[in-house]
Amino acid sequence: MMQPGLYHILFISTALFFIGVYGFLTRKNLVTMLMSIELVLNSVNLNFIAFNKYLWPHKMDGLFFTLFIIAIAAAEAAVAIAIIINLYRSHNSINVENAEELKY
Amino acid sequence: MPAIIYILIPFLPLAGFVLLGLFGKKYFKSASGWIGTLLMLVSFILAVYVAYDYFSATSIFPRNVPVKYTWLVFSENISIDMGVLQDPISMMMIVVVTFISLMVHIYSLGYMKGEERYPTYYSFLSLFTFSMLGLVLASNLFQTYIFWELVGVSSFLLIGYYYDKPSAVAAAKKAFIVTRFADLGFLIGILVIANTSDTLDYNTLIATLTSTGSEQASSAAASTFLGASALTWGTALIFIGGAGKSAMFPLHIWLPDAMEGPTPVSALIHAATMVVAGVYLVARLFPIFSINTPAVLDIVGWVGAISAVFAAIIACTQTDIKRILAYSTMSQIGYMMFALGVAGYGGESGLGYTASMFHLFTHAMFKALLFLGAGVVIHYVHSNDMKDMGGLRKKMPVTHITFLIACLAIAGIPPFAGFFSKEEILLAAYNGNTIIYWIALITSGLTAFYMFRLYFSIFWNKPYQADHHSGHKSEGGWIMLFPLLVLALGAAGSGFIPFGKYINTDGIPLESHFHLQFSILPVALGLAGIFMAMWLYKKQNNRPEKLAASLNGFYKAAYHKFYIDEIYLFVTKKIIFNLIGRPAAWFDKNVVDGLVNLAGNTTTAVSESIKKLQSGRIQQYAIYFLFGAIGLAILFIYIWK
Amino acid sequence: MNGSDIIFYLLAAMTLVCGLLAVTTRHIFRAAVFLLFSLIGVAGIYFWLQYEFIAAVQIVVYAGGIAVLIIFSIFLTQQAGDKLPKQRIDRKIFGALAAFCGFALVMIQVYGHTFFETEEGEVTVSVFNIGKKMLSITDGGYALPFEIISMLLLAAMIGCIVIALRTKKENS
Repeated sequence: MMQPGLYHILFISTALFFIGVYGFLTRKNLVTMLMSIELVLNSVNLNFIAFNKYLWPHKMDGLFFTLFIIAIAAAEAAVAIAIIINLYRSHNSINVENAEELKY
Repeated sequence: MPAIIYILIPFLPLAGFVLLGLFGKKYFKSASGWIGTLLMLVSFILAVYVAYDYFSATSIFPRNVPVKYTWLVFSENISIDMGVLQDPISMMMIVVVTFISLMVHIYSLGYMKGEERYPTYYSFLSLFTFSMLGLVLASNLFQTYIFWELVGVSSFLLIGYYYDKPSAVAAAKKAFIVTRFADLGFLIGILVIANTSDTLDYNTLIATLTSTGSEQASSAAASTFLGASALTWGTALIFIGGAGKSAMFPLHIWLPDAMEGPTPVSALIHAATMVVAGVYLVARLFPIFSINTPAVLDIVGWVGAISAVFAAIIACTQTDIKRILAYSTMSQIGYMMFALGVAGYGGESGLGYTASMFHLFTHAMFKALLFLGAGVVIHYVHSNDMKDMGGLRKKMPVTHITFLIACLAIAGIPPFAGFFSKEEILLAAYNGNTIIYWIALITSGLTAFYMFRLYFSIFWNKPYQADHHSGHKSEGGWIMLFPLLVLALGAAGSGFIPFGKYINTDGIPLESHFHLQFSILPVALGLAGIFMAMWLYKKQNNRPEKLAASLNGFYKAAYHKFYIDEIYLFVTKKIIFNLIGRPAAWFDKNVVDGLVNLAGNTTTAVSESIKKLQSGRIQQYAIYFLFGAIGLAILFIYIWK
Repeated sequence: MNGSDIIFYLLAAMTLVCGLLAVTTRHIFRAAVFLLFSLIGVAGIYFWLQYEFIAAVQIVVYAGGIAVLIIFSIFLTQQAGDKLPKQRIDRKIFGALAAFCGFALVMIQVYGHTFFETEEGEVTVSVFNIGKKMLSITDGGYALPFEIISMLLLAAMIGCIVIALRTKKENS
């Protein structure tokens, strides 16, 4: 074991990112897919913070990006849940397999 | 004189067309005739005023352009202008056109009453008058062409006025296609002329080409194609356009069929105005024809003479009264044409030019009168066929007298109008070309014969049987008889106008020609024709059948119009359709369409096979996207470093 | 290995294990709770990195806001205690393969790359500094993005309301 540093955090963020991707690809329920997306967003935030901390400590750019991403994530989650609820009303289900009207 | 007056003359009918065409049906269904007539009346008064002003101003008549608007500029010199050209023939023509149009408008108030598409009829009539006025006033060769086509379109609309009648539709199409075909020649001629003379403006065109020293004239004469100079080709092609519109042999086939239109329309378009457009065109370019390309002028003369005698022979055998008048029109236009053809430029030799325009004027009067009279008869009898008529002189006295005047005028009996103009034409032909003179003489005898055959068949012959299917029994009211009387006055008296003073080739007044000894032969021939017709047709007898039988083959050929229609049909159907149309259609159907269908079918097949990719399942898309992104990353990082 | 390191590894393990459980468990409510813990783990890492403000925001917005929102939507759309339907095995394999390929690719790139740190001195990321920077319009301040984000949030709020509105029945 060595001193935790940039590489460790990058490992965590990458792993978290692909966990989110895996979840997005395998989940059928729209709410759980939304959760996976939240994981992906978090991994990105983690990346920004890590680079800011270790490589450009004299600036705060990464920090602000993280802040904005959190704000956008909140908006996105709200919109996504509105859509999910609307879909539930019309289809009586939030299974993504049932929402496939947009095909050929 | 303010320019607005010149502009108003054609634009009042245009206003009538727009007004009646757009709103006539809805807002003034019954008043539309009066509106059109009123606008026409104003236009006529203005035209007379302008013409009077022009002819009374000086004794030498210059070519003025009082209104000119440059519209499309192609090069430094070549442009399409919209203008008004003022010279003796255009001034005479606007009077003729507006006068005849006014008469027809008034006449139609009675004739077309109660028609379903009454406002449409008047709007078309106004459109035609506008186009015709634009044509005669044009100051630019291309302006002439534009209005020329407009005239063709409005003629098409009016012939096909009864569009629920298949024969009218066919006739309208025939007229349009045949004249369009001839107009192609006109257009090419315009292009050739524009190319060689570097201008489209009439004044410049005539000035540059007729002055022998000018650069354009020599270059136009120098460049040759198939043995003739470019200018010769140009004028010949323009004459083809004129021949098409004026129904000259062999492009005349549309005119008899065009009688399917309402009778007043025939009077206006196919007797007095549109069909003389070809004559007018040749007269308009007469200096060029005469000075630069005398060979083409010879062709004009021969075509005119052949058409004159050819149509006269056919007219002797027909039984449809409107068709007889149509062939008579063709014959009379032939007269005008060969009068131009035998004329020379300047002085005494320009007599043919004067005579042609003179005959155009008088012919407009008596031929419109004949058509309108025939219209009254048809209105009364409800038939076009001579066999259904006879003995009508007691039933319709006014028509009878006016018709007789017109017949005497066209037969060239003094002192009616036709005598004077025909005399001048014959004199010009006598001075110009002896063969044409003899043809013209024969034709004048034939003319008298067939006109009086018509006259006697309608008004004398057997007594009229009042049959069941004719409704109202009157001549049609004063609204229809008034134009007849006015035109009869014109047909009787217009011969005394000293035309030579006003219209001549070089601006020097021509003396009025009248040689008593010269007139004896034509008048005698005319009288002979009349007496022959009287002998044959005044009383019902079997002499006409006997005569027809004795001339068996010739009579039959003439009755079938010398099979010209059949020849056209043979050429188009058997030769053009089979040898060119069918292979082209096959190629289009199988090769062109096949290629198009192949492209379409391939697209459909491919899309059918790959449309499953669009499953609508978002996770499938995400997987494709992810693998694609990874693939691209690998590609860019490891392979294309 | 000191205490700080141990705390880091513990936080990392918590984040990843909870994240993995959140995307694999078939109990939807448990998934939401695991997600919550994973987000708290990320917040812990922010603390560990001494970015206390971001960590606080993370807890407030994610743990306090979004997680609750998700739980609410689960209550609205799902019978509590129901198990989620099973995913097809081939889909699972393909998903795992794609995720693993991506992960391997990124890690190879990260470890193959040397990062250079700057020599310049660190700024203290106090709330005072952050606030000053965020609202300043000079010196690379973030006033404009701030405004844009605020507009975006407003638009998203209105959008949510419009989308979630019960559509009127035509003949009622």
